[in-house]
Amino acid sequence: MTNDLIKLSAQSVNLWFGSKHVLKNINIEFQQNKVTALIGPSGCGKSTLLRSFNRMHDLLPDVRIEGKLMLEQQDIYEKNTSVTQLRRRVGMVFQKANPFPKSIYENINYGLKINDVPKEERDGIVEKALRESYIWEEVKDELQKPATRLSGGQQQRLCIARTVALRPEVILMDEPCSALDPLSTLKIEELIIKLKKDYTIIIVTHNMQQAQRVADKTVFMYLGEVIEMGNTDDIFNNPKNELTGNYVKGRFG
Amino acid sequence: MNIAARENFDKVVKLAIRSTGLIVIVLLGGIFFMLLYNAFAFFLKVSPMDFITGTQWTPSGKLASYGILPLLVSTTLVTIGAMVLAIPLGIGTAAFISEYAGKRLKNILKPAIEMLAAVPSVAIGFLGIVIVGPFLAHLIGQPNGLNALNGAILLSVMALPTIITVTEDALRGVPNSYKEASYGVGANKWQTLIKVTIPAAAPGILAAVMLGIGRTIGETMTVLMATGNAQAFPHGFLGSVRTITATIAIETGEVPYQTTHYFALFAIATVLFIMTLAVNIVGEYFVNRFRKYHSA
Ligand SMILES: Nc1ncnc2c1ncn2[C@@H]1O[C@H](COP(=O)(O)OP(=O)(O)O)[C@@H](O)[C@H]1O
Ligand SMILES: [Mg+2]
Repeated sequence: MTNDLIKLSAQSVNLWFGSKHVLKNINIEFQQNKVTALIGPSGCGKSTLLRSFNRMHDLLPDVRIEGKLMLEQQDIYEKNTSVTQLRRRVGMVFQKANPFPKSIYENINYGLKINDVPKEERDGIVEKALRESYIWEEVKDELQKPATRLSGGQQQRLCIARTVALRPEVILMDEPCSALDPLSTLKIEELIIKLKKDYTIIIVTHNMQQAQRVADKTVFMYLGEVIEMGNTDDIFNNPKNELTGNYVKGRFG
Repeated sequence: MNIAARENFDKVVKLAIRSTGLIVIVLLGGIFFMLLYNAFAFFLKVSPMDFITGTQWTPSGKLASYGILPLLVSTTLVTIGAMVLAIPLGIGTAAFISEYAGKRLKNILKPAIEMLAAVPSVAIGFLGIVIVGPFLAHLIGQPNGLNALNGAILLSVMALPTIITVTEDALRGVPNSYKEASYGVGANKWQTLIKVTIPAAAPGILAAVMLGIGRTIGETMTVLMATGNAQAFPHGFLGSVRTITATIAIETGEVPYQTTHYFALFAIATVLFIMTLAVNIVGEYFVNRFRKYHSA
C-alpha cells in the first residue's frame, strides 16, 4: 500500500539573494501523500527552499537559482513551464494568515475565477473547500462577511481552504501556526493529517512537537544546507548527525 | 548664559512659535469671515434663490443679473473633463511605476513627475493658447480652440502629479502578503493588480482623486487663458466657458468698491471656498482612513 512516488525534488540547487549564498547544494526528495516537516534554526533557508518550489522568488529582482527543481517529471524552472499553472498545482499557505480584504466567499471564489472554473460549479467548490478545512460550520451563515473579521485561527483555515479549493497536488505551508493559539494550532494539525491522503504536504515549523505530531518525514537544515533527512522518528530519536541531535533536543535554535 | 536667561529665552521661543501657529489660524478665520461678511451684504440686495437659480451672469448695466449657474456649470464642466482625462491616466501611470517599472526607469519617472508639478500655471496656460488650442481648433474646425475642452486638458496635466504621487503611495502601501496570496492561487501580474492591489488601495486612490479635484476647481490662471471666458451659458466642451475663478480674476480689477457687483464677487468666492473645502475634507478623510487601515 505504500506509495513511494517522488512528487517533488531538488537536485544540486543553489540560490543567491544578490551576493548572499542562501541555499547550498540542496538535494532532496518529497514523497507523494506524505507530510514532510522542514526544521532548522531561523534564517537557515527553510522558507527560501519552500518558496522556490512554486517560484515565489520570481517576484524579486536579485535572485539567482541554479540546479534542478522537479514536480514529478516537470522541470519547475524550465522556460516553457507556465508559472500560473505551476502555482495551481503547488499551492501555498503563508506564515501569517493573509486573507484578501474581501468577503469569506470571495476569498475562495477569487482563485476559482482566476482559474476559469465555470460559474455554476463555484458555490459547490467553495462549500466543499470550507468543509474540508473544518471551518464550514463556523462561517456557513456569514459567507458575505469580511474575512478580516475572523479570528487568526479561522483566517488561517480559510487560507488553507483557499488553497485546497484549487485541488493542488502539493501544499507548501510556511509556519502556518506560528501566529496561532494552541487550540487553533491543534485544529490545523488535525486538518493537515486529514489532507495528507489527497495531497503532498511540506510544512516548515519551529515547533518540534508539531513536527512529530504531523510529519512522516523530517528534513533538518542548517546554514543553507540539508544536514539530514529521514523518517520523523529517526530524526528525533536516532539522529545520525550530531547537529541534528543537538537541534531537536533544543540545545540551540 | 545663566539658567534664568536660558529659561527666559526658551519662553520667548515658545511664544514665538505658538504665535506663528496662531497667526495662520487667525488668517484663515479672517478670510472666511471676510468672505461671509461680504457675501451676506450681497444677499441683502439679491435673493439667494435668484443667485442660485439664475442662468445669467451680467453684472453691469441697469438690468444686472447675478446668476451663478453659468459659472458653476463652467467650473464643473472643466473639472469633470479634467478628471475624466487625469484619473485613468494618473492611476495607470502610478500602477506602472509601482508594479512594472524597473528601478532605473522609476528613478527617471518620479522626479520628472514632480517637476511637472513645479511648472507655473501661466506657462501651462500659454501652452494652451499656442499649442493645444490651435490643435483643437484645427480638429473641430472652429476659428479658435479656447474652450472647456482645452481647459480640461490643461488642468488634467496639472492634476496629474498629485494623483500619480498619492496613488503610487497607496499602491505601494498594499501589503505584499495580499499580492503573494494572489500569485499563490495562480493569478498573473495584471489580474493581481486589477483585482487585488487596486481594490485594496481604493481609499488612498480616492484621496488622490479628491486632492486632484481640489487642485482643479481652484485653478485660475490656466482657465483664464485657455477657455475663452465667454459670458453666455456654457454649451458643452467645445464651447467657451467662464469659470468662477476666471470671473473673479477678470472682474475684481474693475469693479467699483462696495457695489452689488463687488459683493457678488465675494458671494461666488464663498461658493468656491466651500467647494474646495468640501473636496479637501473628503480627501483628508480618505487619507486618514487609508492610514488607519494600513497601520492595523
Ligand atoms: N528577499 C530576500 N533578500 C535577501 N535576503 C533574504 C531574502 N529572503 C531571505 N533572505 C535571507 O536568506 C536567509 C534565509 O532566509 P529564510 O529562508 O527566510 O530562513 P528561514 O525561513 O529558515 O528562517 C536569511 O539569512 C535571510 O536573511
Ligand atoms: Mg521562514
